[in-house]
Amino acid sequence: MANTGTEHTVKAFDTDINELRGMVAEIGGRSEQAIAKAMRALEKHDLKLAAEVVAEDKIIDELEKRIDELTFQTIALRAPMADDLRELIATFKISGVVERIGDYAKNIAKRVPVIAGTHKLGPASLLPSMSNIASELVRDSLEAFARRDADLALEVSERDQIVDDFYTSIFRSVITYMIENPKDIGEAAHLLFIAKNLERIGDHATNVAEMVYFAARGEPMPERDRGENPTDLLEEPSNGK
Amino acid sequence: MTELVDSTNSSESYTMTESAVPNISAGDGPLKMTTRNVDVFYGDKQAINGVSIDVTMDNVTAFIGPSGCGKSTFLRCLNRMNDTIPIAKVTGEITLEGEDIYAAKMDVVQLRARVGMVFQKPNPFPKSIYDNIAYGPRIHGLATSKDELDNIVETSLQRAGLWREVQDRLQDSGTALSGGQQQRLCIARAIAVDPEVILMDEPCSALDPIATAKIEELIHELRGKYAIVIVTHNMQQAARVSQRTAFFHLGTLVEYGVTSDIFTNPTQEKTRDYITGRYG
Ligand SMILES: Nc1ncnc2c1ncn2[C@@H]1O[C@H](COP(=O)(O)OP(=O)(O)OP(=O)(O)O)[C@@H](O)[C@H]1O
Ligand SMILES: [Mg+2]
Repeated sequence: MANTGTEHTVKAFDTDINELRGMVAEIGGRSEQAIAKAMRALEKHDLKLAAEVVAEDKIIDELEKRIDELTFQTIALRAPMADDLRELIATFKISGVVERIGDYAKNIAKRVPVIAGTHKLGPASLLPSMSNIASELVRDSLEAFARRDADLALEVSERDQIVDDFYTSIFRSVITYMIENPKDIGEAAHLLFIAKNLERIGDHATNVAEMVYFAARGEPMPERDRGENPTDLLEEPSNGK
Repeated sequence: MTELVDSTNSSESYTMTESAVPNISAGDGPLKMTTRNVDVFYGDKQAINGVSIDVTMDNVTAFIGPSGCGKSTFLRCLNRMNDTIPIAKVTGEITLEGEDIYAAKMDVVQLRARVGMVFQKPNPFPKSIYDNIAYGPRIHGLATSKDELDNIVETSLQRAGLWREVQDRLQDSGTALSGGQQQRLCIARAIAVDPEVILMDEPCSALDPIATAKIEELIHELRGKYAIVIVTHNMQQAARVSQRTAFFHLGTLVEYGVTSDIFTNPTQEKTRDYITGRYG
């Protein structure tokens, strides 16, 4: 039984829920912006912009804390049931995931000062398109949350494959590049990490989508068949911090 | 009756979601009681409309629903308490261990011993604690000696979690106990005649949170020894004490299922609206 957003008899409950939904929209918007800014800083080698992303991550962390607090409080005081309960649990988990997305953006921004010319390396040309799609996934997963739209959520999780494919392709070309240009190995490695960060952002957007789907439908999202990905083995269990 | 059972399996109802015939059976476990197409009328006003439900031995079953939806009325059908209301008329089929409880040969006094009841307001007899418990076993001839009777009284009070509090004052009046103790005394009284089913109609609504918790703990302990059906207005209580939940609305059974499913993902909009506080 999906949440239709009908009002509760106790109106204050709706006030809490709406405040939480508003904060999730805000944390989502900020993370999405952080990705875009970090990528722009990288492209233009704009140290000031990069520093801004790092600084603004604190606001995201702060928002996550406030969302967690209000979720706890709402669960404790209102004892929500059914779709309300699912939505609050989803809100709680989504805020954590979105905060991590912010961390990945910060991670990209932090590389800007240490790499001078990465953006000039051949394989880097794919990064802007990859980051556009990753940001789009973040935006759409949060749009799905705002609209309680399980279908859009499902679509987001399917589109994550495109980000994965980008990563595989960048991975291959960076390795080839490294072999051909051993003197640039250091910078090329950074490029690889950035691609990996973007790939993780896509995964996290999918996590958000999965929670939206669960909150709306009350059942887990059907498993996506990812197939074999040769780069999976190289995955470091990074926490993005 | 059989039509109703069949219709839940038909492909027609398979595609329905909002108005599907609710499940009669909510999962497994040995059946204790069944009801099929039960209607209850008070005069010409219908209070229960075609309710079919299975009550299993191993689960605590909770009845929830808005005030006036017929929970108490339906609960009272299960041990023929409605017989005591002259204008009430019950039709349909209700069985206990396969026996039709409305059959002419059914001994109603015997039935009410097999299907005991605990009410919203504790109602001990104005007698001693001992006699409150001993009364049932005496009239049902369950004890042949004083020792045996003492034993039943002690075991029943122990099962009801009251023994330690009253063992030194069994001759005090039952009405001198606190509300929570009185309610446990009433549960002990129901247990004393060795029932198969215990019906409870809002047993905690007059109790404070601690006395309530004691009753809830007691329900957990009694689970499996007796089939238990509890009517409660407290959603959290239904969620805490039951494994199966039935939601009633305007005299009909809207949804019946595993409690954790009902409270996390009900299938019917009416159930959802009620348990999330969107009702009316
Ligand atoms: N003795 C009676 N005589 C006539 N009508 C009755 C009688 N008992 C109940 N009713 C009616 O039957 C309907 C169902 O009542 P019932 O007491 O079963 O509801 P309930 O779900 O137990 O409500 P509550 O949660 O308030 O206890 C109501 O409309 C009520 O007015
Ligand atoms: Mg009642």
